[in-house]
Amino acid sequence: MSAPANPFAPRHGSLRRAETAVAWAFRSATYFILLCGGFVFGNICLKGLPTVTGAFRGLDHFPYVTNTFLFEAPESLYVFEHDGKKVEMGDAEYRAFREAETARAAAEGLPAPKFKAKSYVYASGGIWPCIVGTVLLVVGSMTIALLLGVASAIYLSEYAREGPFVRFIRLAILNLAGVPSIVFGLFGFAMFVLYFDWNVSLLAGWFTLAFMVLPVVITASEEALKAVPRGFREGSLALGATKWQTIRKNVLPYALPGILTSSILGIARVAGETAPIMFTAAYVVRDKLPWEVEKFGDFVFQGVMALPYHIYVVSSKIPQNEYTQRVQYGTAFVFLGIVALIAGSSILLRNKLRGRYQW
Amino acid sequence: METSSPASAAPVTRSLATPSKASEGRDGAPEPTLIDIRALDFYYGAKQALFDINLAIPDRRVTAFIGPSGCGKSTLLRCLNRMNDLIDGTAVKRGEVKIRDVDIYGPSVDPIELRKRVGMVFQKSNPFPKSIYENIIYGLRIQGVKSKTKLDEVVERSLRGAALWDEVKDRLHESGLGLSGGQQQRLCIARTIAVEPEVILMDEPCSALDPIATAKVEELIHELKKQFTIIIVTHSMQQAARCSDRTAFFYMGKLIEFDETHNIFMNPKNPQTEAYVSGRFG
Repeated sequence: MSAPANPFAPRHGSLRRAETAVAWAFRSATYFILLCGGFVFGNICLKGLPTVTGAFRGLDHFPYVTNTFLFEAPESLYVFEHDGKKVEMGDAEYRAFREAETARAAAEGLPAPKFKAKSYVYASGGIWPCIVGTVLLVVGSMTIALLLGVASAIYLSEYAREGPFVRFIRLAILNLAGVPSIVFGLFGFAMFVLYFDWNVSLLAGWFTLAFMVLPVVITASEEALKAVPRGFREGSLALGATKWQTIRKNVLPYALPGILTSSILGIARVAGETAPIMFTAAYVVRDKLPWEVEKFGDFVFQGVMALPYHIYVVSSKIPQNEYTQRVQYGTAFVFLGIVALIAGSSILLRNKLRGRYQW
Repeated sequence: METSSPASAAPVTRSLATPSKASEGRDGAPEPTLIDIRALDFYYGAKQALFDINLAIPDRRVTAFIGPSGCGKSTLLRCLNRMNDLIDGTAVKRGEVKIRDVDIYGPSVDPIELRKRVGMVFQKSNPFPKSIYENIIYGLRIQGVKSKTKLDEVVERSLRGAALWDEVKDRLHESGLGLSGGQQQRLCIARTIAVEPEVILMDEPCSALDPIATAKVEELIHELKKQFTIIIVTHSMQQAARCSDRTAFFYMGKLIEFDETHNIFMNPKNPQTEAYVSGRFG
């Protein structure tokens, strides 16, 4: 009479609708996050990029072009009217201008001109000392964190005998990862700045930041070491290698990509945290660059300016207006760029290592 | 480093060795004993894995350990180069293992030196993720050998010894992981013989290989026994029958029977052995 009924025909209409709805719920959650992230980053890039691109200046000597925003120290911005026009000048330029105008007026026998300028602190010049400080903080603290962290991960994963004590240590380390960064800041202040008497210094900041990322580094390094197959260790030991020879030649090299992955996360955290350095290493403003110390030994005992702290200062300690907005967004934009740059190069290094050792 | 303690190093030098005991070989000639296991009790924590093992393993012969899973044959094998030391809670509670009359669990024996003399090939082939060349010289690098000519020579000799030279001589500097399964296992054998051990322990070396690769490894074992004492743990009774001179049958942590391979398979004395080798077991 007719074709046989299709046994595979969809039956539960409501079930199928629920399937679709659930899939869409997950999808939209992901896209929502993406949208928020895109909005924030887009906003920073859109408003911050002109600050950087608008700061290129020609030079009459090598390298013939510079970027005042990237490579100069912050200055106050002076805004005033001159000859009926609105003029904006940085601190140094404004002083020179004022002197020149006064001298010109004196030469022409006119009364000394009056300047009524509004000043906006930090709104002119650049963020070079902050960039230098942040890079120094990241490099130093990651070195300390990796040395200490990998050493203790090797101990926990290769040497320590499993037992309640080691489990306790591991639990303590994991808990350390959840401690708020301001607590690390206060710990560093009490321990390094006051007790060790290092003052507000690079060294204190390095150790404070290193302690903050240590839990992440240790946990991830241990995982990376555990991921190296047992056979490599046994094979090496069966050839008459000692334990340390085995670890150094036949375990650690293969775990390195994993360890670097963890340190990439660490870099982003170290570079971005404000709270741990605000008591230990960061200055609001410092007119000397770190290498302009009198004795080389003082290098690690000086405080520095740092990008995250500078962002905190310019976004909360100075008025918000069209003049200060440039430096606020510009700093955030450069900061994102630098973190991306450091993380990017670590990723490249990791991929290179990963290509070398595969099993 | 080489002679950390005189007691551990001197007796394992082949020229100085005197056999502790001689048993009659199949052809009637005396077979010197290399490894003498006496009344060995071995524990994993509180669980006893080996019960009163007595075994005299002859020099430069192939000895096979057979038995069902969990019977302790791999455990005994790993006792012979103290690989069990690496597992927490393991202990030899009683008895001794003598290699050339030195108790390897004695206080004057360094397990590192022991493992240079007693090499091991694992069930799962484990070439290191390095080049073939680097794999072979790993043991020598560890010992601090730097001379390029010496290393080149060892690489060729070891690969020839493991019947792998012709297959890989043009790609010595490519990764050892690019080889096939059987080649990888022979690479591991080459790596082991590169450090010139006296004994090679093989823990089910063919369990992951196809029949052709297995045949190659068995052929290799046949060649190697001219130079090395080989102890092989295997699940395949055919393999034990094909390539070993003597066979030990284990069951539940006990040594049930140890004899000429021929006798174990054709004329077993113990009914349990007979049941196992004829496939009527479990």
